[in-house]
Amino acid sequence: MATPARCLSMTASGRSKSAASLAFNLSWVTPPLLWQLLFFLVPLGFLVAVTFWSVRSFRLTPDFVLANWSHILTAGFFRSAYVYTFALAALTAVLASVVAFPAAYTMAFKVGPGSRRFLIFLLVVPFFTSYPVRIYSWQVVFSPFGIVNKLLGLMSLGPLNLLNTPWVTIVGYLTLALPLVILLQTFALANVDRTLVEAAKNLGCSPLRAVITVLIPAARVGLIVAAAFAFVLAFGDYISPLLLGGSKPPTLSVLLADQVKSGNHWPRAAVIAVVMVLTLMTILLIMLGVAYGQGRRRTS
Amino acid sequence: MNDNWRPNGDFRALLSRPNRRQLIRGTGAVAGAAALSGVMPAPSWAEGETLNLLSWPGHGDAAVVKPFEDKYHVKVVAKEYVGGEAMLALINQSPPGSYDVVLADAEYVGMLRDGGFIEQLNPADYPFGDFWPEFQKFEGHWLDGKLYSVITRFGYLGLAYRTDMLSDDDVKSYKILWDPKVKGKVGFFDWYLPSMGCLSLYSGNKPPFDITDAAFAKLKQTLFSLKPESAGFYPMAAVFSSLTNGTTAVIPGVGDWVALLLAKNGVPVSATVPAEGGLQWTESLSICSSSPKKDLAKAFIQYMASPEGQVRTGRLPAYWASIPSKAGWQKMNAEFPADAKTLRHTFSERNVMDEYKEGKIFIRKTPVKQSIETWNEAWTEFKSL
Repeated sequence: MATPARCLSMTASGRSKSAASLAFNLSWVTPPLLWQLLFFLVPLGFLVAVTFWSVRSFRLTPDFVLANWSHILTAGFFRSAYVYTFALAALTAVLASVVAFPAAYTMAFKVGPGSRRFLIFLLVVPFFTSYPVRIYSWQVVFSPFGIVNKLLGLMSLGPLNLLNTPWVTIVGYLTLALPLVILLQTFALANVDRTLVEAAKNLGCSPLRAVITVLIPAARVGLIVAAAFAFVLAFGDYISPLLLGGSKPPTLSVLLADQVKSGNHWPRAAVIAVVMVLTLMTILLIMLGVAYGQGRRRTS
Repeated sequence: MNDNWRPNGDFRALLSRPNRRQLIRGTGAVAGAAALSGVMPAPSWAEGETLNLLSWPGHGDAAVVKPFEDKYHVKVVAKEYVGGEAMLALINQSPPGSYDVVLADAEYVGMLRDGGFIEQLNPADYPFGDFWPEFQKFEGHWLDGKLYSVITRFGYLGLAYRTDMLSDDDVKSYKILWDPKVKGKVGFFDWYLPSMGCLSLYSGNKPPFDITDAAFAKLKQTLFSLKPESAGFYPMAAVFSSLTNGTTAVIPGVGDWVALLLAKNGVPVSATVPAEGGLQWTESLSICSSSPKKDLAKAFIQYMASPEGQVRTGRLPAYWASIPSKAGWQKMNAEFPADAKTLRHTFSERNVMDEYKEGKIFIRKTPVKQSIETWNEAWTEFKSL
């Protein structure tokens, strides 16, 4: 029977365990929080500050001027680059999601555990190699004397001007993002309760309808997060628009590098960087809101 | 997937919660790695002095600097830039003492001097007597009668083109850039100065960089009219690859520095100075004012100006160039006669000095009546069209 003394000792013991648990949780959480503070928030704050500095004789000078913001935001080339970069990143996210889905579905449902592990290994291997080298290798494929045009030549077709076009830039973006999107989609689909899918089939759903009305909504969060990653990677990429797109037209990342190359204009480069960060944060918040928001409405 | 995952479609189910033992083991592993890194031996090249060189790509190559490194038991470490403005930016923002020697193009030497970044040099320390007369007191390196930089390489800029797509007659004028046969195949080296300089010559501006605002407005129109012809805008390495893979048929504002190396490797590329004229670029070495190793820096410049250094730098693996030392020409003809012929550095045939004397070559400079920023903005606008 619980006596008052025993209740007191149990409460004290409980408080002690609670304090120990809190201390343990804090020790686990504090390092990443400190890391984020030191290597993300502080540099971000510095980046914002630099947008108000000036450059005199190629030298960066602490200052407080709005000229960098007005110069960049009113420049036609900035607006063009912004729209182009956003459109290409959005298209990459959509294409990556669509192209990845059949592969992810196969890996999650149609292959055994051993084969799945091997396929995951194959998807991870590209990350061990140099991304610029992989993009340069696409030049061998798409150049006027490259593999694609040689194959077209055998069929008396072409040659086609493939390099320095937005479509080949997207191929570069997919090279970067697709393995990651497939992996994230695979994990998302594999976590879906299979009994839901079986129940749908028992109730007369065709396999395709089961995928569209049951599987995809159930894996919604992971699928949207995967698309968000593809957007973020494509939006900020520098290598593909430079080496495959020929900076024609330049994306925001190329424009940012141009500001620094052409006269040490770090403040103007910082303005472009801050705009990119704000855009990505907004898009991520919206996408995560869509991903988790519907779930909360269903459970409330 | 394993049975422990909650099948709720939430990827956060992947994250397993570590226990205290795993946390302590992980922390110990990180701490051990950090401690071990302190007892690893330093790399062998760090044992002697280091000469820090700020230069265009490739100038720290062992093919050029190894004899110097062996003689002085030092390591030459190059910090690379592409574009004069990038060089100025680097030297402005680096702490004093970061660089011992800077390789700059002639038009930037004055700015380096005015910024207090380079030392005055004693001409008697360097073998100017070995140089062709035209380069013994080259404009841009001597300021107010004092020497600040020793010329080591030069070249001409006009058009580089694929010989299987264009004939020698085709490229006699910059007009070829608007020809339908190169539509979509005109590449651009992504630096405003040489590209716009050549187009300025085409527009009839002589000299090409000292032009009125009205002439600059016309130059902008000429530049913008090339957008439908453009293939792309390339950093230095991609200039080579775009000509090699056939993406571009012709590139204005570049020259032998691109064509010779590709031609040597069997790519059908050549370079020419069209009738409207071309630009001359030069590279020269200066001692940085804040260098703590000025004697070593001087020895490096002496080496690069010597016949040995001149032959090696003329045949730099990254990109070839003409050399100003007549003694270097003699050594190259003796040891590498085929390369001397390719570089047009022979004494018995038409050579680069004959081309210089014809008066079609204009020294490349930074804009005079407009700011660098104005020309650069025009270039950025052009890219964004």
